[in-house]
Amino acid sequence: MFIFHGGDTSNLSPEKQQGNMQQWFAWVEKLKNENRYVAGEALIPGGKSIAGTKKVVTDGPFAESKELVGGFFVVMAKNIDEAMDIAKEYPDFELGGTIEVREVVKFDM
Amino acid sequence: MPDQQLNKIIGHLFRQEAGKMAAVLTRMLGFQSLDLAEDIVQDTLLKALSVWKIKGIPENPSAWLYKVAKRKAIDCIRQYHVHEQHHRELAPALKSEWTLSPAVNKFFLKDEIEDSQLRMIFACCHPSIPYESQIALTLKTLCGLSIQEIANSFLTNDETITKRLFRAREKIRQENISLEAPLPATLPGRLDAVLHTLYLLFNEGYNSSHPDHLIRAELCEEAMRLCLLLIRNSKTSLPRAKALLALMCFQASRDDARIDADGRIVQLKYQDRTKWNNSLIQKGNFYLNQSAEGAEMSPYHIEAAIAATHAAATSFDKTDWGRILDLYTILSRMKPGAVVELNKAIALGYGKSAAEGLEALNSIVGLHEHYLFHAAVGEFSLKLGMVSEARESFVEAILRTQSKAEQDLLRARLNNLGSTLDE
Repeated sequence: MFIFHGGDTSNLSPEKQQGNMQQWFAWVEKLKNENRYVAGEALIPGGKSIAGTKKVVTDGPFAESKELVGGFFVVMAKNIDEAMDIAKEYPDFELGGTIEVREVVKFDM
Repeated sequence: MPDQQLNKIIGHLFRQEAGKMAAVLTRMLGFQSLDLAEDIVQDTLLKALSVWKIKGIPENPSAWLYKVAKRKAIDCIRQYHVHEQHHRELAPALKSEWTLSPAVNKFFLKDEIEDSQLRMIFACCHPSIPYESQIALTLKTLCGLSIQEIANSFLTNDETITKRLFRAREKIRQENISLEAPLPATLPGRLDAVLHTLYLLFNEGYNSSHPDHLIRAELCEEAMRLCLLLIRNSKTSLPRAKALLALMCFQASRDDARIDADGRIVQLKYQDRTKWNNSLIQKGNFYLNQSAEGAEMSPYHIEAAIAATHAAATSFDKTDWGRILDLYTILSRMKPGAVVELNKAIALGYGKSAAEGLEALNSIVGLHEHYLFHAAVGEFSLKLGMVSEARESFVEAILRTQSKAEQDLLRARLNNLGSTLDE
């Protein structure tokens, strides 16, 4: 699973914003062509956090823009190293974004 | 899908829908809340960017955008109690939770969107708002142009445009301008301001000051789309609006022929006329005929007639220059000014003689900073064999345009001079 953090385009010019979108489309197309793409969702900022035995609700999750999770992909890869290679094609590095790479647990039955 | 195309489509979509959404939201929230409406639009587009890049473009992008904008608008109405300024008929509906959503939906119906846009154009051109601010405001809110794009079309800087927009918003607040349709008596005057705005918008698209894109078809399309809106509404479809649309059709018909495969400018005399868009020319003629009703004659009528004369010529040599010259003479009486004189002088140069053309050019005052003036002087000087004067003029012209395509064309003319000298 790729978890996308940050990568804020709101301060870019319209052309750069659209260029960024273009890069994402290209990345997704590549993943799909390679039969690697499994799933992906975008997350709406905001939402809520619930914590503690008293189940206290707070607005959030609060995070600086850099850490805010914008979405995730689930992709197929042989191992984490291969996943890392794919992850390096994440388009938002220049925007200060971070990509978190996590292995999804699969039980081989 | 090739990169360029997708970008263009998204850019086009965003610009168009931004204008429509701004108009609808402003109508709902009131002209006084123009800022709020614009914020909602910006937020909606940003959201589209961040979601679509991960999920892809939805099947019905416009509907997606409207849905998001609607939701945000409803939230706003709930939160900020913007009731007072609401469209009169709908104020009660917007106040009640029960009727809120259907009322908002109603604003987004196709006919209502058109209506909102028309009201928006007219409100932006309210006479209390300083003239240049009217145009800046319309271009920003209705046409979705960025501040920089507007600055380019006025050949000024971002700061100036920002100031103009600020002044416009202040006036809207002070004078309590609303989005109601103007009274029939004031409509023609207001229409002139609107037409002028659309003319400027088209002009920026037709021959852009943008360094990298000479023709910005999307701006021309926006101008034509809005002009068509005017024509479709019986209250605003005055003859001069039709004449303006005719003019735009004729000018746009040459787009494919004006730039060659390498992105270089092709001058009118060298254009492959088979590449002219006949369908657009026919539309131009149609609207020109339509505009001939009544006793009214406007500069747009004349300019359209000039464009029609060019469009009718099967080749440059077969152009009816006599007619064009007559038309420019009429135009210079209606709309006196250096640019009209420039064009008239050029027509004179082709219609009668290069010498007369050059003489006429040199008698015009006030075009020293205009690149076309120097280019014209250069061309006619060259025709008369005055090579060093031609060279000077082309150099002056290059210095005065930011467009790369135009600079390249002028440099090519300069290089040609070099070979003439050696002969």
